[in-house]
Amino acid sequence: MRVSVIDDACHGHQMCAIAAPEVFGSDEMGNAIVLIDGDIPAELQAKTRRAESNCPERAIVITD
Amino acid sequence: MTEVRKPVEDLLTDYDIFEPEFVKDPYPSFSEIRESQCPIARTERYEGSWLPTRYEDVVAIAQEYETFTSRGILVVPPFPGQGEGSYGGVTAPPITSDPPDHHWHRRLILPVFSPQSVAKFEQGTRDLCNQLIDEVIDKGTADAAADYAQHIPVRVIATLLGVPLEMEADFTAWVRAALENILDAEGRKWARKNIIEFFLAQVAERKQNPREDDFITELMNTEVEGKVVPIEYVLGVCNLMLVAGVDTTWSAIGSCMWHMAQHPEHRKQLRDNPDLWPTAIEELLRMYAPVTMARIVDHDVEFQGCPMKAGDRVLMAFPAANRDPRQFENPDEVILDREHNRHVAFGSGIHRCAGSNLARLEVRVALQTWLERIPEFELVDKTDVTWAGGQVHGPRKCLVSF
Repeated sequence: MRVSVIDDACHGHQMCAIAAPEVFGSDEMGNAIVLIDGDIPAELQAKTRRAESNCPERAIVITD
Repeated sequence: MTEVRKPVEDLLTDYDIFEPEFVKDPYPSFSEIRESQCPIARTERYEGSWLPTRYEDVVAIAQEYETFTSRGILVVPPFPGQGEGSYGGVTAPPITSDPPDHHWHRRLILPVFSPQSVAKFEQGTRDLCNQLIDEVIDKGTADAAADYAQHIPVRVIATLLGVPLEMEADFTAWVRAALENILDAEGRKWARKNIIEFFLAQVAERKQNPREDDFITELMNTEVEGKVVPIEYVLGVCNLMLVAGVDTTWSAIGSCMWHMAQHPEHRKQLRDNPDLWPTAIEELLRMYAPVTMARIVDHDVEFQGCPMKAGDRVLMAFPAANRDPRQFENPDEVILDREHNRHVAFGSGIHRCAGSNLARLEVRVALQTWLERIPEFELVDKTDVTWAGGQVHGPRKCLVSF
């Protein structure tokens, strides 16, 4: 699993970082950044999906 | 105000957001409108407005900022003469700004409110909550709204702004006049005058005695494209911080306290599983989203079959969107570990509440601190709780015993 944030769509709600703090963080503007390069480890995949389903801007894209 | 209130004939064509039952509990009305043939209601009251109630519609309007502008963000029209005279141009950027200015208005303040930046307020907020609890804990009873919630955001914001905490009562009075007693135009005028004069004096004082690590000083010295930002921008941002940062978060804390007082099972759930706190706070924010904003229609447009005219006001009922069963399963139920929660308590799109990270920190710390020290408490009288509504919804009197 890989994950990315559509920068133009993210408006910094930070709900991804609440759902999956190991996977998402914040830049200095408070917009989401992905903290993990490459594949998301198996133990964080459920949380990553949860983050996707908590983003009010639908700015998170997961590719399996 | 002693206006005689005309009874509501039909919610779909004559809703009244200031009707006492609506103020107390707007959710049955939101639901009735949402499930009707006409989920975007209309009223001619208060110079007219539209009220979308479905999640999808509210979000679509928030995203279409060119059609639905932020020239007017209050749920009622400006008071007569607002915008005139010296400092008439002071608004509340970036929430009152539209692109292209919105972009720099927002970029200048976002770093102040990033999760990393607001983390430094956690300990101070906890200390403040503990002090407030110290004052009531031996009495066995307290007003969770007026003795507790009301004092937290105003002091946090005053600390952030570097303005005297001793003026808390003034700040609270101005904010209530600006956002709560919003039908009283004279009161709003009074609040605006006081707020502008207060921050003008704060700016003047800083010109005499420059400060370090000071929000207002940094704001005053900010340059955009080689020029220092105009005084109207500085005053406007301070105005926003105070007006938008106080009543809103205090209302959210109050509603959460009201909820917790009635739900021992949720208190236990959080005690047994402290890791749940961040998720639980999002669910409580969904359920008790305090703020309804507004937009002004830029040009005639038909939206979901509604003939909206240039200049029309559209109420952004985020609390209604957050209870839409099309988006949330069992929307009227608090499920602290809710799995899918794309709530819009802080809005959606380019005007997402800039202070959201600070607000959720305050709500979490206020609840955690109370529940640690007063784990068991209940409402004194369920029927004796009073509410503010309209622009901001939350309890104003909420007696609890413990």
